[in-house]
Formats: sequence, C-alpha cells, structure tokens
Amino acid sequence: MTRNAVEFRKSSEKSSLDGKQQGLLAKAVGIYLGKRDSGRKRFRDWEGARRQAEAIKTEALENLDMYLSRFIEKVKERGGTVFCAEDESSARDYIANLAVERGVKSVVKSKSMTTEEIHLNGALENKGIKVLETDLGEFIVQLLGQTPYHIVFPAVHLSKGEVSDLFHEKLGSEKTDDIEGLTMIAREHLRKEYCKADMGISGANFAVAETGMISITENEGNARLTMGLPKIHVAVVGIEKILPRMADLALFLQVLPTMGTGHWMSCYNTLVGGPRAKDEIDGPEEFHVVLLDNGRSKLLADKESREALRCIRCGGCLNVCPVYQTVGGHSYGTVYPGPIGAVLTPLLRGLKQWGHLSYASSLCEACTEICPVRIGLHKRLLSNRRNYADKYGPLAEKLGFKVFAFVSRRPLLWRMAGALASAGQFLYPLVGWFPGNPVKGWTKGRTLPHITWKSFRNMWADRGGKSI
Amino acid sequence: MKDGVESLLSRIKTALGNDPRREPAERNYRDLMPPAGGSGEDRIELFAKNVTALSGAFMSFGSLDEAVERLKKMAIDMKWKKVACHGQGNAFKAAQSLGLEVLNTDGGYAKLDLENCDAGITECDALVAQTGSVLVTARNAGGRGLSVLPPHHVVLAESSQLVSDLSEAFEVLENKYGSNYSSSMSFITGPSRTADIEQQLVLGAHGPKKLTILMF
Repeated sequence: MTRNAVEFRKSSEKSSLDGKQQGLLAKAVGIYLGKRDSGRKRFRDWEGARRQAEAIKTEALENLDMYLSRFIEKVKERGGTVFCAEDESSARDYIANLAVERGVKSVVKSKSMTTEEIHLNGALENKGIKVLETDLGEFIVQLLGQTPYHIVFPAVHLSKGEVSDLFHEKLGSEKTDDIEGLTMIAREHLRKEYCKADMGISGANFAVAETGMISITENEGNARLTMGLPKIHVAVVGIEKILPRMADLALFLQVLPTMGTGHWMSCYNTLVGGPRAKDEIDGPEEFHVVLLDNGRSKLLADKESREALRCIRCGGCLNVCPVYQTVGGHSYGTVYPGPIGAVLTPLLRGLKQWGHLSYASSLCEACTEICPVRIGLHKRLLSNRRNYADKYGPLAEKLGFKVFAFVSRRPLLWRMAGALASAGQFLYPLVGWFPGNPVKGWTKGRTLPHITWKSFRNMWADRGGKSI
Repeated sequence: MKDGVESLLSRIKTALGNDPRREPAERNYRDLMPPAGGSGEDRIELFAKNVTALSGAFMSFGSLDEAVERLKKMAIDMKWKKVACHGQGNAFKAAQSLGLEVLNTDGGYAKLDLENCDAGITECDALVAQTGSVLVTARNAGGRGLSVLPPHHVVLAESSQLVSDLSEAFEVLENKYGSNYSSSMSFITGPSRTADIEQQLVLGAHGPKKLTILMF
C-alpha cells in the first residue's frame, strides 16, 4: 500500500467515528436534498436537460482544440492575456511572477477549486504577498488553516460555535451564536480588503469559446467584487471548462445551481471578457486567463474515461455518496473528494499514488444517477479499479483470483473445494490471526459467515432432482 | 515567458487523434427548461413570483414618474443620505430628484465613497421572467461596482425589457451588442446571499443586502 492509501485508511477510520462532523454534514445535506428535488421539478423535463448538457459538453471536448483556439483568440482580441500552463507549477510561477512584477501586495480570491489544485496561496505567500479568500466558507477554512471540506460547501463540517470562536480569536470579534451576525463580521472585514487589493484571482465555471468570456456562478457577490475592483484580474481555468456558444449558458446556468445548491439560479452569474473596455467606467486594467492542463490532455486521450472531463463541479455526487457522508471531505487527502474525486484524482494525478480512492465506493450508483452531465461515475470507478489491479494489484490477490477462475471452471474441483471449505471453516479462528491471511481486512469488523454443510447440489440430489 | 498556446493545442490534437469530430449537438432544450413567462400579464406574474421568492422586491408602475415617486418614498423611509447612479438617463434623473447627495459613477469614483452610498440606482439590459433575474452590463449600468458595492441595489427597468427566458436574454445581448460586448455582464437573481454556516440563509454576504426592481 502507498503512503497515501495508508493515510486515507487511517483518516477515514477516524472520521467515520466522528459523529459531530457527520451530524453537521447530514443536516446540511438534508436541507440541500429538499431544495434540489424541488429545483429539479421546476424543469419541464429534467432528464432531457441532462442529456442536452451531456451532448454539449461532449461536443466541446471532442473538438477541444478548435474551441480552445477560438476562445484564446477572442480573449486576446478583447485585450486579455492568455497563458497555457502544462502543469501546476508553471501556473503557479506565472501568477506569482506576474504579482511580483506588478508590485502586488495583497490579493483577494474568489472561490476556485482550480487554484486549490495548483496550491496557489502558498506560492504567493512565499513571495510575501497577502492572500485572502473571500467566499465566506473559504474564508473560514483559510483562517483555520484547513482545506475545503466540500467543493461547494467548504465549511460544512463546522458549527456556528466553532466559527464564532475562530472569528473571536483571529478577528477579535465578540462571540455570538447568531449566524447572521457572524456573516456580517466577515462582510465588514472583507469589504475593506477588496478596496485595498491590487489583484483579484478567480476561477471560472465556464469558458465561452464563441465570445472569449469566462462565466462565474456565485451567491455572495465576492466574485463580482474580486473581478471588479482590483487593477489586475487573473482567472485560472481548467481547459475542460469550454462551452461552444454563449447561448449554451441558458441551459448550464440553470442546471449547475439546481444540482449544486438546489437554487434554480445562483444569485450572480457574471460573464467577464477582458479588462475594462475603453467606454467603461471601471474594471481592471489587466485581464489574464491561465488555462490549466495539469493532466487533463492526457485524460482526454483516454477514450474510455474522458467523459470525466464533462464534470461541471456541482458537488451533487458528494451529497448522495454514502462513503463521502461517512468518511468526510478531508479523509480523501485530495482537492476533489467524493465520487468525482475518486474518479478524477487517479486519472489526473496518477493511478499508482491515488488508485486506492477508486475503491472508496459501494458502487451504489447514486452518483451516476444524479450527475447532471451524465458521467458514468461508477463505471469509471470500476475501470480505474481494473487498471489499478492490472498494474499495481498485489501478487497474492492476482494469484488468488487466478486460482478461483481455474477452480470455478472445473465442476469437480469446485465441489471438492466447497466440501473442503465447509469442513475446514472451524479451523479459521485458529489461523485467522496469521499475518498473511488475505481475508483479515474483511473479517476484522465482521463475523465470517457460516458455510452450509449441505450444498445446493446435494439438496437437489436428495430430493431426486436430476443432475446436469 | 512563452505563452504555451501552441504546445497546449498540439497536446490536445494528439489526444484527440484522427477520430471523426463530433458534429455540433442539437440544441433544443428550450422547452425542457423551467417554465418561461408567456406574454403580458403572465410574464410579469412569473417574474414577480420569482423575485419575491428570493427576497427581492418588485413593483410595476404605469409611468417613470410613478416609479420615481416610489423611490422618493423609499429614500425617506430608509433614511438615505447619499445615493449613486450613472449616465444621464433615467437612473440619473431619478437620483437627482431625491434631493440627496448623488455620486454619478460616470465621472469615476473612489471605491470607499461608492461603498458608503445607501443605494446604487441603475438601469438594466433585460429582466428575465423564467428566473427572476436582472441582466446588467458594465456599459449600461454604471460599471462593475455600482450594482454590487452599495448595500441596496435599485433597478429602473422598462416593461419592454422583460423577456420570457434566459435564451431570449442572450438573444437580446447578441442583437444589442453584436460582437462588441461589454467587458462584464451579470445576471442578478435576488440580493446577495450565503448559507455557508450551517446552511442557514443570510442575505447580504458581500453584495447588496436588498434588491428592488421598479418597472414602468
């Protein structure tokens, strides 16, 4: 087992006993599910809308070179700058160098999983630049020195009491159990920071090829302030975010929040293309788009699994996943947790180091059933497992299955093995503790089921059934 | 520093190989989406329902003058001292008529000054019945800051601007701006909100705490 796998196992064991965290998560998910279901009912045909979303994302991916080059051309036409980063370090370096060159002292950020993926905050802080997350949930986890627990609800694992203690300690505010009061403390604190910041960094939910614009979906207004007030705006955009046409947003701006938060429309959906135009009053002087590959083009070459690139990061699969609900968002040790994280992380960051995550699923298919872009998540978990077992599976396991296949194809051997197992099962407690025991992990928390004395075949024969 | 565009595009070309490219998908989702406003009264009713469901306020008037009268009453009720507006059109005239200190963002503004205004009064590019959204552009609504910095956003819209669904709103943008789009365009759907602490809804996370739409 790799170190990541050992860590994952340890930390999920611990979290699965953390009733407090599970309670907070269950409460949040309960509220979310109610809203999501009534949101879906607003659609005249939700299933049809999912199929359209799938078709448009697939069209974009299968023509990605064409659409990306159109997007890049349009951004440049509108006075923006484009940098294509092959990996996370080149993306980090580009942004950090830009900030240093422009003499940036403080940065405000709006919620972006892509910037989490490239570990941007640390790189900027190393250059002596102050970085402030502005989304309320992100602001809270940043103050705590944690990473987001969920891709849509970053602070879902924290209670209002914990937030109040945190604000008291870090911001010097009075303790309160009033959630509105806590929100206002963050608002007042951050308002000043927007006005002072020299650079705003955002992600993007969509990138429109036709017009060279990014589209950002949010509820708080922090992204609009981040993109509107500082003199430089940098957007970090995964290359899979491309949509062919602007009008496609009429579909996606409603599908995304329905699955993401249960709202039919998020509060602010902003299309940004370029810096302030000549005839405009305000806006940044510079607009930089950093297009991030970081393993995505390699995944695109994998025809079987490329569908995972359709993901619009709604977080819907996390909210229905029994494994995520039990082990929580931090156990995965990755930027993207839950089913989509268990699919994407091995594909983007390497099967060897992250393949174990694809086993963190009961294969109940709840994720596949709700995915708004119809990614076959459970199928991808299975194909990841297959590839992992082929390449890195333990020898004993491979041998075991070879023996099983050999025996199960030979009826006589199969019968003998069955008889041997039922006679020998009482010896198990005597040998079960043995270090090399392959079923030890399974029997640790469970009792080995009793193997019947009499097989079906014997009972059949006893009742005079014919043997084939 | 090289911009990496060529190498990215070539990696993608290699990844896609020589497979036949997918034809553009058919786009016939309009009838699958949530109900769009029909025409006339239906459309107004749906828009009003959606706005109020998100804690926004919507009022419809027979004329601009009536809408401005209402605005004056709001200014008194809420004890506004200073308001912000833009341009020389309806938003500017309405702001002027309040007899308060007025910041017109057309002449540029200091961020903290704008933040200290009690309300930002803007025009808009469209209202969307299907979602209860207001479409604003930086070019047509006084820049990027005016509709998000002050704690109360007031929209003055003409009834002819109310469209049925998001698809129609994008048509409006295309027809109005062609390829010369404003650098920032927002669909605003209700006042700023968050539920990041224990999923409890709070209005006014970072943007305006109140949104009022006056249509005439």
